[in-house]
Amino acid sequence: MGNGKSIVITSGKGGVGKTTTTANIGTGLAMLGYKVVVVDTDIGLRNLDVVMGLENRIVYDLVDVVEGNCRLKQGLIKDKRYEGLYLLPAAQTKDKTAVTPEQMMDLVSKLREEFDYIIIDSPAGIEQGFKNSIAGADQAFIVTTPEISAVRDADRVIGILEANGISDPKLIINRIRYDMVKRGDMMNVDDIVDILAIDLLGIIPDDEAIVISTNKGEPVVAEDKPLAAKAYKNICDRITGKEVEFLDLDDHEGKFSKILKLLFSR
Amino acid sequence: MDFFKSFGKNKTASKNVAKERLKLVLIRDRSDLSPRFIEMIKGDIIRVVREYVEIDVDGLDIKLTRIRRDYDNTPVSALVANIPIIKVKDNYK
Repeated sequence: MGNGKSIVITSGKGGVGKTTTTANIGTGLAMLGYKVVVVDTDIGLRNLDVVMGLENRIVYDLVDVVEGNCRLKQGLIKDKRYEGLYLLPAAQTKDKTAVTPEQMMDLVSKLREEFDYIIIDSPAGIEQGFKNSIAGADQAFIVTTPEISAVRDADRVIGILEANGISDPKLIINRIRYDMVKRGDMMNVDDIVDILAIDLLGIIPDDEAIVISTNKGEPVVAEDKPLAAKAYKNICDRITGKEVEFLDLDDHEGKFSKILKLLFSR
Repeated sequence: MDFFKSFGKNKTASKNVAKERLKLVLIRDRSDLSPRFIEMIKGDIIRVVREYVEIDVDGLDIKLTRIRRDYDNTPVSALVANIPIIKVKDNYK
């Protein structure tokens, strides 16, 4: 058995940023020089390929690899910019029952021999596709947003992971809007961490740069300036064992609006 | 009164509403023990504790939740029982 570490990115609720997070963590780790494969397990609704900008290179997919229609190496798509970064895309025309948890465990154990990190993008929901995605995972990262529905689903998934022997999941809170938090109209990081009672791995601000980078098919983490890029870089550093302070989103509020607030708060 | 209310904006902030609603819904979501099972545990606890103290049976509350373990801060599932005591029985004082 190889030494690679497998991490599933999951959330329960759809649309909270699992795929974006998978792409950015995968890319970020590759930028640090690790050998990384990102695996899309959302069979029938694949999207990691477009977020990574690799949609035109797909020949084989996860189901082909699992069924033995091609060799594992043929199924892996090499990233266009980063050495050591690969994508294993989901099948688009099959359904979730095309793969079993046992097959996933087998696949992940093969990937461990080739890669330092195996980042698995989970589909929304808690059915078969989700079960496949967690089958080979050593660890889980839970993505949530500061909304009741997303936090509730995250809590449910944490329970299911625990029941499946994946304990101590880490939390990524996505799309925090500092202006709303400050007004008291959005749950803050502490509120969510208190309620879910799991360790925090990262905080991603709601950032236009994510939409723009997704439009282009280039994960934001590769850029210098956006705050979200910094946030994902910090997460990657923490994954590799570095201690990095959490972003203080207050610092990044425009100077002008800060002055205005000072003037009017009197 | 409305004039004063506008100062206490934290009390009416929508995030507090969200937190309260979320906490309540999670208590229900997390208690995947069947109601029958909870009732059985409840019955047994009442029987044992009553030997020693007089308790408020109606105020008794048992739920499954998640807390951080004291000595190493690891999150664990916990069965939490809140048992209001009316008075300790004389012979145990």
